[in-house]
Amino acid sequence: MTSSLRLRAGLVSIVLLAAFLGIWHIATRSTGATTTMSPEYAKLMGLTATQGKSAMPGPLDVGAKLWEHLKRPFYDNGPNDKGLGIQLAYSIARVGTGYLLAVLVAIPLGFLIGMSPLLSKALDPFIQVLKPISPLAWMPLALYTIKDSSVSAIFVIFICSIWPMLLNTVFGVASVRKEWINVARTLEVGTIRRAFTVILPAAAPTILTGMRISIGIAWLVIVAAEMLVGGTGIGYFVWNEWNNLSITNVIIAILLIGVIGMLLDQILARFTRMVTFPE
Amino acid sequence: MSTFDDPFDSDRNLQAGCVCGQHRSALEHEQAASALRCEPIESEDKRYEGVVASAVMRAMFPQDVARRAFLKSVGASTALAALSQFFPLKTATEVFAATGTPEKKDLKVGFIPITCATPIIMAAPLGFYAKHGLNVEVVKTAGWAVVRDKTINKEYDAAHMLAPMPIAISLGLGSSAIPFAVPAIENINGQGITLAMKHKDKRDPKDWKGMKFAIPFDYSMHNYLLRYYLAEHGIDPDTDVQLRSVPPPEMVANLRADNIDGFLAPDNICQRAIYDGVGFMHILSKEIWDGHPCCSFAASREFITTAPNSFAALTRAIVDATAYASKAENRKQIAEAIAPANYINAPVTVLEQVLTGTYADGLGGVKTDAKRVDFDPFPWQSFAVWMLTQMKRWGQIKGEVDYKTIAEQVYLATDTKKLMTEMGLSPPASAYKSFAVMGKTFDPAKPEDYVASFKIRKGA
Repeated sequence: MTSSLRLRAGLVSIVLLAAFLGIWHIATRSTGATTTMSPEYAKLMGLTATQGKSAMPGPLDVGAKLWEHLKRPFYDNGPNDKGLGIQLAYSIARVGTGYLLAVLVAIPLGFLIGMSPLLSKALDPFIQVLKPISPLAWMPLALYTIKDSSVSAIFVIFICSIWPMLLNTVFGVASVRKEWINVARTLEVGTIRRAFTVILPAAAPTILTGMRISIGIAWLVIVAAEMLVGGTGIGYFVWNEWNNLSITNVIIAILLIGVIGMLLDQILARFTRMVTFPE
Repeated sequence: MSTFDDPFDSDRNLQAGCVCGQHRSALEHEQAASALRCEPIESEDKRYEGVVASAVMRAMFPQDVARRAFLKSVGASTALAALSQFFPLKTATEVFAATGTPEKKDLKVGFIPITCATPIIMAAPLGFYAKHGLNVEVVKTAGWAVVRDKTINKEYDAAHMLAPMPIAISLGLGSSAIPFAVPAIENINGQGITLAMKHKDKRDPKDWKGMKFAIPFDYSMHNYLLRYYLAEHGIDPDTDVQLRSVPPPEMVANLRADNIDGFLAPDNICQRAIYDGVGFMHILSKEIWDGHPCCSFAASREFITTAPNSFAALTRAIVDATAYASKAENRKQIAEAIAPANYINAPVTVLEQVLTGTYADGLGGVKTDAKRVDFDPFPWQSFAVWMLTQMKRWGQIKGEVDYKTIAEQVYLATDTKKLMTEMGLSPPASAYKSFAVMGKTFDPAKPEDYVASFKIRKGA
């Protein structure tokens, strides 16, 4: 039953994809030479103007270009032109650094806040104000104070991924069932041991959910941050190709950003499943 | 023995060993000191003087004994005077100092991917930086504000900036005030007013009321030229039209999407709009002011003082590249060198049309203007004065402006002149020249009168 459902769902997915590609192909066909131009003039003009080629590339153009990129993902033609593999590696490294720093701060801090009602109440207004700030709004401030664009990008990732983790940790720790804590207390378990053997496993699913939300946001933000600071990374790639009005490459980058984002999310989803327990 | 010691000390052995500070008598020390120092040398110039004089003395007296005998018999100062008679020690020293070893060899230079940056960019693939002993990484940057911030933050040692930007930064307009300097102008001309295809019958600027135009940055020649052009046609750029700061690559997309009606933009952007069939060339910026500066090569004063030799080498490389780019026969090769994704990232055809001046105008015609863009490094201080008058005119700076002082502080005409002479080029004698913008003559000696002479200006 489930296998046949899966099969049917798969078929529908393929049909949808084919329909999408078909419509895309038809919509971006070139209309043929539009106006008559002197050949001398036509030589100086782009295909959009001479052949009536759509400014939007078709799926075949994108496919061919994608294949070209996949064939040599790690080329290095100097500081402003590197292969997609290298660009993605830069972005992932930035996200990884900022994100790990955020984990190191958010989870211990969340634990403290969650275990202490006083701290929880005292810090709440600050967190509430800082949480909704768009991470990119920190960018000018970071650039101005840190004075280093790549560190600023990491800082922006750090600041945007810290809040979901912090709040989820606080919430998870604070809502551990009272009975369990009471049982631990009856058995005279020390605070540290209680934190690690009772609260941590109980709050783990909530914490992991927070981490999963954070990685999603971090990946969203890195692209925008790299477009601003430039240099390296997939965001820079998008910007550089936009500069050349190469929509084909921009589409490829969009596709890859989606795939990597999905992979990051799936990795954390797997971790979440590992710590989830039935009640 | 160090090369920097006194070659006129008869007791010294020029071949080996140092006897500095070991004069036999106070008189001799005095003589030596008045001629050339042998105490720790205070300035770079003095040191170079010593090195050069050493070399000359060594050449004249290959035998150390003979040199000593000569110095003993005539005295150091006489020897120096005699030597200077037939050997231009001063000039030799200057030439030597000019090629001093760079303090910092690995440099980062930021640029914006437009053809204005041609000398800065091409100096990398065509080896002009390497020729002057530097290892320069040219880094593409997302926008003018980012270039400014990265140069202020010292991530870049020097950068491609719009000609008015170093003035604005030095004055603290739009950023904290940090003294910047311009040793070389990148390009002259090379911009254009491009309009959307739908306006192809609306060629008279008087009909442009209510239109939206894009400019690359507030502190840009583009802004001042477009405002000037509009105002000369009776359109007040502050009230009659909308001017928006838009990063160059987004201009073409915005023009296609009908968000703007046109732009005064740096080239390869204008030609790109034509190439993609979304716009046509209304006029070249050359028709507003032939020979106007556009972009500059800029560095902070701090970099210049901490690494003067690196800075001099960098300037020489840029001047060299600019001289190369100014020759029409080299333009095709340059277009190919700067087109790849690592540099400008644009179709070669587009860059060729910009650089060679044979271009499609977007209306079906092919035009030729060899001076569409040109390259001339000399940082005329009168250019800076003109920009200041426009900043004043449009309210970017208020109150008294000390035009001359600012221009002289930021535009390093004297230093560049010296460099150019050493390189065998012929720089102009004065740093000020008068020129005409749309037929109206600008006298750099009377900037206040010039500002006051405009009917359309902010707060007038």
